Amino acid sequence: MARLEVTIGSMLLRNPVMTASGTFGYGTEYTDFMDLGRLGGIFVKGTTLEPRQGNDYPRMAETPSGMLNAVGLHNKGVDYFVEQIYPVIKDYDTRMIVNVSGSTVEDYVACTEKLVGLEKIPAIELNISCPNVKEGGMAFGTTCASAAQVTRAVRRVYPGTLIVKLSPNVTDIAEIARSVEAEGADSVSLVNTFLGMAIDAESRRPKLSTVTGGLSGPCIKPIALRMVWQVFHAVNIPVIGMGGICNWEDAIEFILAGATAIQVGTCNFIDPSVSVKIVEGIEAYLQRHNIASVTDLVGAMETA
Amino acid sequence: MKQLDFTVRSNDKLNDQNHLLKVVPSDNEQLPEMLPGQFVQILVENAQHTFLRRPISINNIVPERNEIWLLVQSVGEGTQKLCEMAVGGRLNMLVPLGNSFTIPSNPGSYLLVGGGVGTAPLLFLGKKLHERGIACDFLLGGASEKNILQRSDFTAYGTLYCTTEDGSLGEKGYVTHHPVLQHKKYDFIFTCGPKPMMVAVARYAHERGIVCEASLENLMACGFGACLCCVEKTTRGNLCACTEGPVFDINELTWLD
Repeated sequence: MARLEVTIGSMLLRNPVMTASGTFGYGTEYTDFMDLGRLGGIFVKGTTLEPRQGNDYPRMAETPSGMLNAVGLHNKGVDYFVEQIYPVIKDYDTRMIVNVSGSTVEDYVACTEKLVGLEKIPAIELNISCPNVKEGGMAFGTTCASAAQVTRAVRRVYPGTLIVKLSPNVTDIAEIARSVEAEGADSVSLVNTFLGMAIDAESRRPKLSTVTGGLSGPCIKPIALRMVWQVFHAVNIPVIGMGGICNWEDAIEFILAGATAIQVGTCNFIDPSVSVKIVEGIEAYLQRHNIASVTDLVGAMETA
Repeated sequence: MKQLDFTVRSNDKLNDQNHLLKVVPSDNEQLPEMLPGQFVQILVENAQHTFLRRPISINNIVPERNEIWLLVQSVGEGTQKLCEMAVGGRLNMLVPLGNSFTIPSNPGSYLLVGGGVGTAPLLFLGKKLHERGIACDFLLGGASEKNILQRSDFTAYGTLYCTTEDGSLGEKGYVTHHPVLQHKKYDFIFTCGPKPMMVAVARYAHERGIVCEASLENLMACGFGACLCCVEKTTRGNLCACTEGPVFDINELTWLD
């Protein structure tokens, strides 16, 4: 029996397949379709200090092999999460990780402080890469100095596993990864969405209320894969890969490129049980190739 | 909610753009309970530029045949592929999704107003009202006669009034111009169709204090509340049309502000 367990920071996962923030709600939305206990973990939707109504409609445009979104961190705030959501999800038989967003460093710190001590939240993911809010978000993830600043500030108050979600909308993602590693991040997750846009040719108007939005889905996979590979060779902390993963072959590609674990995102919308199928596919692959542990595959792409 | 494979039992072309698909669960599984106003999300396969599922209203449920009717309008590659489905073909669907029209328990007079493919959920609603012994009027609008679909199905459950923009069937003009709106008094109005039509209907109902619900067709990705893309601005903030809708009380919407 092949071993599927992987470790991110101090967090042991039963398998490397997790679901990406913003695509899986709080997990409750998917319980009709799958057994959440089959997953390595769930990254819950982006959580901010104050409630946010998000952006105006329309927030979505379909693209070839992908979609643009401009949700804009629509959520009910961290207090609502702690009081109303946590009591429901704390008993899920999987790792629950909160994605934290903010407009200022102080926001990130204050939001994180409210999550410290929640026994069933072993990790947080700092979202310094959301392209859909006017302030903060991606702005923190586009320079080494600001990425380091917010990581350092949160690291001071958060003792659990700290994952930093990186933006692909930069010149050199590896240097951003190194900057957050230097400030104590336990892991980096990448990539968030690519900044894109779509126009209705008939009306000559943008398809999104915000004009630009975040591109995700299989169309971004080759670029995301390349970035995971670059970052894997730039840091010594585990990399969590994501970007258009829709089946077990995609997941194996990311692991071979250097991802210790992966997140399934947009494809959850098309097949709500796809992440469980990916777990099964990885397990079958390991057995078929006589590989003892999935960790043996991490970064094992052969180029010679 | 369930994710099930369905088999196409029949596919009838109703006009240049619209097809009526009748589908049954492929493994003979009993259909879950479905309510008028709810919808399904259909996976479109072998379509080069179609990535997301397609939300389609439930047009009718025939329990004795374990059958769902889906009225599909071909407006792009995805819906075109659905219209081309062969009998015996397979469709993966999420069923059922969304809330439903509210069927009040008190007696009253009912008007169901639809335009274009938005007439689809009103047939199922009319059938449910009919099963409860409630007679209703249907007021359907379209560009011309060929766009007023399923007329014989509607007349089985109530009185049908029509408007067409070219005057080829019923009254000439839009649904809100139909004289029945002046001559009869309604207690409940349910509407689905193009937004300008629904806004006009909502205004008519609001001015007369008539209870009115509208079914929205906002763009969505998942259909079950995970993506938060299909939000509608309401008096309770931005709500998802897929889970808190697609049916809303018009007084909750901000259309008339």
